[in-house]
Amino acid sequence: MADRPILEINDVKTHFPVREGFFKRHVGTVKAVDGVTLSVARGEVLGLVGESGCGKSTLARTIMQLVPTTAGTVVLEGRNLTSGSAHALRDVRRDLQMVFQDPYASLNPRMTVFATLAEPLLVHGRCPKSEVTARVAELMNQVGLAPRFMQKYPHEFSGGQRQRIAIARALALDPKVIIADEPVSALDVSIQAQILNLLAQLCRQRNLSMIFIAHDLSVVKHISDRVAVMYLGKIMELGPAADVIERPQHPYTRALVSAIPTPDPDAERARQRIVLAGDPPSPLNPPSGCPFHPRCPFAAEKCKPAVPPLFPAGPGREAACVRLDEIGEP
Amino acid sequence: MPLLTVTDLRTTFHTRTGVYRAVDGVSFAVERGETLGIVGESGSGKSVTCYSLMGLVPQPPGRIESGTALFDGIDLLHCPPAQARTIRGKRIAMVFQDPMTSLNPYLRVSEQLIEPLRIHDSISRKQALARALEMLEAVGINDAAKRIHHYPHEFSGGMRQRVMIAMALITKPELLIADEPTTALDVTVQAQILELIRTMQRELNMGVIFITHDLGVVSGLCDRVQVMYAGRIVETADTRTLFYAPRHPYTRALQRSIPALQPKGAELYTIAGTPPDLSKPLPGCPFAPRCEFAREKCVTTPARLFETAPGHAHACLRAQLGEI
Repeated sequence: MADRPILEINDVKTHFPVREGFFKRHVGTVKAVDGVTLSVARGEVLGLVGESGCGKSTLARTIMQLVPTTAGTVVLEGRNLTSGSAHALRDVRRDLQMVFQDPYASLNPRMTVFATLAEPLLVHGRCPKSEVTARVAELMNQVGLAPRFMQKYPHEFSGGQRQRIAIARALALDPKVIIADEPVSALDVSIQAQILNLLAQLCRQRNLSMIFIAHDLSVVKHISDRVAVMYLGKIMELGPAADVIERPQHPYTRALVSAIPTPDPDAERARQRIVLAGDPPSPLNPPSGCPFHPRCPFAAEKCKPAVPPLFPAGPGREAACVRLDEIGEP
Repeated sequence: MPLLTVTDLRTTFHTRTGVYRAVDGVSFAVERGETLGIVGESGSGKSVTCYSLMGLVPQPPGRIESGTALFDGIDLLHCPPAQARTIRGKRIAMVFQDPMTSLNPYLRVSEQLIEPLRIHDSISRKQALARALEMLEAVGINDAAKRIHHYPHEFSGGMRQRVMIAMALITKPELLIADEPTTALDVTVQAQILELIRTMQRELNMGVIFITHDLGVVSGLCDRVQVMYAGRIVETADTRTLFYAPRHPYTRALQRSIPALQPKGAELYTIAGTPPDLSKPLPGCPFAPRCEFAREKCVTTPARLFETAPGHAHACLRAQLGEI
């Protein structure tokens, strides 16, 4: 079954109730993730982009089962995560690991690198106690840290090195899928490149699958095979990374791409920029129909009544816009 | 005469582990109506340079060791505090990176907006409020008449940054210092804020110092760019020259490590090593230990910023000698 995706997300919804007042009256629902269907193949890097509040981090947490799923299924190698017991979930978690954005916050400041990396090995009984030190040293080597720093604490490392420790921790249990939530956003450009190289190399060597979440489209384009663009809890566009970012079809993706400043002064000054007005609408009270229509330069009457599904839009590509044929090439 | 001329600014921090030279002999000038970009990685001294000008360096542990900053003939670093106060906040304003921590959460936006006006101009509360409302509308806040009485937490990140900009511009400053004002924002909101700064600058003919680590933002916004490394300026040029014909190896390396400019899937170019410890003496070029072109002399001979073409200066010994 080589062709079956390693991770399948089927029509997943994550809704949070909003309660107010003394009696905790239910006053509304935040639809953070609202009907997302995605799949990740073995060894594939799927980029997930969108503005803050679009639900990309909630989707990551839903996949990890860190927040309860309202509807839909998350299936890892045929095992349904949403219906499993806590015990079954622990086994699955071994195969599904996460790297967080801020390595200053995601590492325990009171634990040495050794303690941080040995903990998952011991909890999951991955190797006998006598071999833990050797295994930790091996992990450190793999992420480009010298094992002699094993007894140091996180504060003694730079941001880039801390992110390496976080990556080593995610790798400790030989996972099959890594979810990296903005792993390079907090780092400087030169350090960013080092961490991106490391992640790409690890995925290649171990045939790891990765969901790479970022708001920086150029980073996503570089590392991902495919990219999914999210807006207000829904997938707006999906397709091969370079294709989507160089020739975006959905009006939202076009606006997003046009907002990225390019490090090329002549091109930057010559190009037409689509500056979107206002902020994304509140997920508490989303607009009817296409969630993007109130800000869309191409919006028409037919965008308002129903939420558009993903339509095929070229080889391997899909976009959720009813006017794709009418708005022409970007 | 330039609007602001900074000469040989040195700011150090005295800590238990040593004396850190955060800004180590920086000189530059900003003209009226000009946008100067200051680019560098964390710890390169770009923010401390501007904090020194604004009197925001905590002393101790900080200390401004030497230098002058002439703004319209007045030395900001040595004039009496009372005189400095008439300039800072009125004629020079600053916008910070994080609008959540730089607005007072306990005060309504209206109170914070009129504060600079009430301090610097003899103006009634009512008039000040009218000006504040005008300003909020100018920075693109819808329904400003109602929103002005809200608290900061009732605004989104992008809106808060607009409020910060309105606050900075309400006194019609001649110089705006923007310290990574869009780093915490989404690209779409960033585009809005950059457009706003551009429009406001044209309207007021302000000088702008724009601090960022993002070379992409600089390319569209700035007239001139200076690159900082280890508390020093290593290269300065007009934007086109800096992007199309950089001379200093650090500028080139920085440019090469941007993912957008590299072929997809290829190994990204990285700069080996880490920035130097600023508490240790650095006799030569601070970038030498990480530089692929470095020779023996780079480590020992001081590298001075030297103008090699009109308006283009850099601090690479070997490039100055025509060796690279």
